[in-house]
Amino acid sequence: MTGHMRLGFHAPETEEELVHLVAEALDTRTPLEVMGRGTKREVGRPVGSGAVVSTENMIGVSLYEPTELVLVAKAGTPVAQIEALLAESDQELPFEPVDLGPVLGYGPGEATIGGVIGTNISGSRRILKGAARDHVLGIKAINGRGELIKSGGRVMKNVTGYDLGRTLAGSWGTLAIMTEISLKVLPAQREVRTVIFFGLTDQTAIEALCIAMGTPYEVSGTLHMHAALAEHFSDEEIAGAEASVTALRVENFPSSARYRANSLKQALLAYGPALELDTERSKAFWNEVRTLKMFQGKPNPLWRVSTTPSCAAKLVGNLSRKFEIRAAYDWSGGLVWIETPPLTDGGSVDIRRTLAEFGGHATLIRADDATRAGIDVFQPLEPPLAALSAKLKHAFDPLGIFNPGRMYQE
Amino acid sequence: MSTLTLPDPDRAILARRNDIVKQLKRLVPEAILIADLEGRRTFETDALTAYRCVPLAVVLPGTTEEVSAILRFCHDNHVKVVPRGAGTSLCGGALPLEDAIVLCLSRMSKVLEVDTKNRVARVEAGLTNIAITEAAAAQGFFYAPDPSSQIACTIGGNIATNAGGAHCLKYGVTVNNLLGVRMVMMDGEIIDIGGSYLDAPGYDFLPLITGSEGQLGVVTEATVRLLKEPEGARPMLLGFESTESAASCVAAIIAGGIVPVAIEFMDRPAIHVCEHFVSAGYPLDVEALLIVEVEGSQDEIEYLLEKVEDIARDFFPSVVRRSQSPEEAALIWQGRKAAFGAIGQLSDYFCMDGVIPLSKLPKALDEIGWICRKYRFDVANIFHAGDGNLHPLILYNANDSVQLERVELCGEEILKLCIELGGCLTGEHGVGIEKRELMYEQYTDEDIDQQVRIKEALDPSWLLNPGKVFPIEGRGARKLRGIELHELEAEIREGHEAL
Repeated sequence: MTGHMRLGFHAPETEEELVHLVAEALDTRTPLEVMGRGTKREVGRPVGSGAVVSTENMIGVSLYEPTELVLVAKAGTPVAQIEALLAESDQELPFEPVDLGPVLGYGPGEATIGGVIGTNISGSRRILKGAARDHVLGIKAINGRGELIKSGGRVMKNVTGYDLGRTLAGSWGTLAIMTEISLKVLPAQREVRTVIFFGLTDQTAIEALCIAMGTPYEVSGTLHMHAALAEHFSDEEIAGAEASVTALRVENFPSSARYRANSLKQALLAYGPALELDTERSKAFWNEVRTLKMFQGKPNPLWRVSTTPSCAAKLVGNLSRKFEIRAAYDWSGGLVWIETPPLTDGGSVDIRRTLAEFGGHATLIRADDATRAGIDVFQPLEPPLAALSAKLKHAFDPLGIFNPGRMYQE
Repeated sequence: MSTLTLPDPDRAILARRNDIVKQLKRLVPEAILIADLEGRRTFETDALTAYRCVPLAVVLPGTTEEVSAILRFCHDNHVKVVPRGAGTSLCGGALPLEDAIVLCLSRMSKVLEVDTKNRVARVEAGLTNIAITEAAAAQGFFYAPDPSSQIACTIGGNIATNAGGAHCLKYGVTVNNLLGVRMVMMDGEIIDIGGSYLDAPGYDFLPLITGSEGQLGVVTEATVRLLKEPEGARPMLLGFESTESAASCVAAIIAGGIVPVAIEFMDRPAIHVCEHFVSAGYPLDVEALLIVEVEGSQDEIEYLLEKVEDIARDFFPSVVRRSQSPEEAALIWQGRKAAFGAIGQLSDYFCMDGVIPLSKLPKALDEIGWICRKYRFDVANIFHAGDGNLHPLILYNANDSVQLERVELCGEEILKLCIELGGCLTGEHGVGIEKRELMYEQYTDEDIDQQVRIKEALDPSWLLNPGKVFPIEGRGARKLRGIELHELEAEIREGHEAL
């Protein structure tokens, strides 16, 4: 280290202060741990920096035009605050971000919008409406040279230069520190219906979910989970079913949502009689899905696996022969949450080896420090892609001061 | 050539032309190589026909491996490469350079896989946009982005420009519908990104590649999302006495909680031209026409059209007409999709692509009219109103060099207006050569440097589609100010070693 920077926690209130802070870190070669309010701080390999920089004091919605479907917020603005504001105009964040706080030992609703976009964490509606990154219209950020940069803007379509905003989404604070984000928002759906089947095997359930996604009824939630996970939900019929639960959500104006739910039941007659939840019960259920209610309150390793939907059940089946797992499928099988026993590697070797047969990738979302320090938390990349990633990192953060080692060893 | 400057050609490369052609022929004997002047001239321009330049040679590879071999050769020999799909770029994105080979992907047009169970298709980059939907249609699926040129344009080109289309208000643009690519880097390395799942591991390169105008790598294969066709779709026509009323109506529809699958806007000149060309049944006695399309079951469609009509009533439309049959619906869209072609029959045109916040629509249309009058050009406006993506078509004579220069200035003023109103230079056509010098209107030095740094990280010698996207003058100016990037990087690297 060539100089001194005050270690500890920094939470600047303005972009100018943040620019100065990064400049100081550059001068003194001090690595920075980058975060919002830190609810996802324990995801990734431990950064182990003495200096933490948070955007939690950069709060506020600087622009919200309901008639243009656009909202601009500072990175530290809590998602809960943004959603409350949107609700006043009957609008919402279409990608329904998963709230990882409760499974990682934090309260619900604490995440910042910067953290959500920085980790590109999308919820069940991703399958219909797109991922968090799809809704990014523009950003402002401080790069690893201490420069304030912007990309995109506040309009719906923009191909002026490279799309740095969506590129920063999902970079886990390793490329730049986002300070402001423009987002596309959408009208909220008034009526929500959930069609539920009980007792389907994983393979049969995924088949049903894929059939549902191949209908024109705009299914916006496709979840399947084992009986032991369903127990955790508040809805008595779901919790008490003592059987696996396969849930499909449709939304729209009232007569349409009812029509869609009925049509879905017709299309899936072969999968047995279905329970239908009304709007209130549906919202309560999917809100619990959003906080991963079924995985809360335990310290076991929790993996997020992305794969081809039709492979998901087989993947989980093969893994089950290695050790006891609890799995919940979202995105009609394209996203699988897998909880493993407390193995020293979190199950990393077996999960990745099994996954290699099917294609896709796995990220360890919950584990203790020792486990995270000892394995690749993020999916190791093929060498050409790893080399490309290193080049991208260097282009944004040439000295490697942002979250060093969090995604990949440097 | 008008006010546009292209980078000075590398004389040494021009002198080696025969040798380069000979070596390429030996390297990829199965690829089609065009070296004669007449053949090369076919590729001298794209859909921005005001600019032309005959390339060094044209290669049409048939496989990713051939693309890799060609790029590695060009990399090692310092030959520039201009990737090209169908050449439908409206911003000169595929304009050749004298010392560059054109790498045309149009022969790579196979559908590799249609997987309706997982709702994805894997196709080669030279496949046309419409052919993806055609391949999936038998099973009731479609590929959503639908640029007006979809019969001709390729998916590779769509990725390069992040193409949109009339229906992207609901379904999003290319970047929202792309799941994976196979891509060849300038040094010949083949990289696979993403696949038939909804997110790729690690950094998200897909949005970086999408819209990068062929400057970061050459995409040879794409995995795209397929969607189930809706039960039905029906457009309605709303005619207004003023463009202001039409614009306000668009905002009110969206504020009313309805996001139709498309809201298209045409002004009087555009309506008249299209109607004469296609006889789509457009009303001729209105100042502005909206085509609003909704989707769903019969009941859903009726409900939504009723609601749109209710909302529209506040703005006193002089024409309200729901299409009564699939034939009528098809005709309505045919008129819209033929618009550019129809206007092209009348006159050369300069097609703008600026985007503005929706609330500024009336002001923007007013000012655009005023600017065009100032430059003594007629203008027709036809665009995707739901997302504020304007397409003023400025009518001019391309063979008159004075007019060409004047139309460039006129277009520039319109784009500056879009930025002033809080919008951007280009919504779906790309920057290309056309809007290159205007980048500083939207971005600062630092903004552009960050993009340039990514370009230099992936293509350090600027061999892939150079002379596009970034302001040439700006780069020169930066050199003059003594902040040449390479020097800065070296300085930083030293610092890194000291760490």
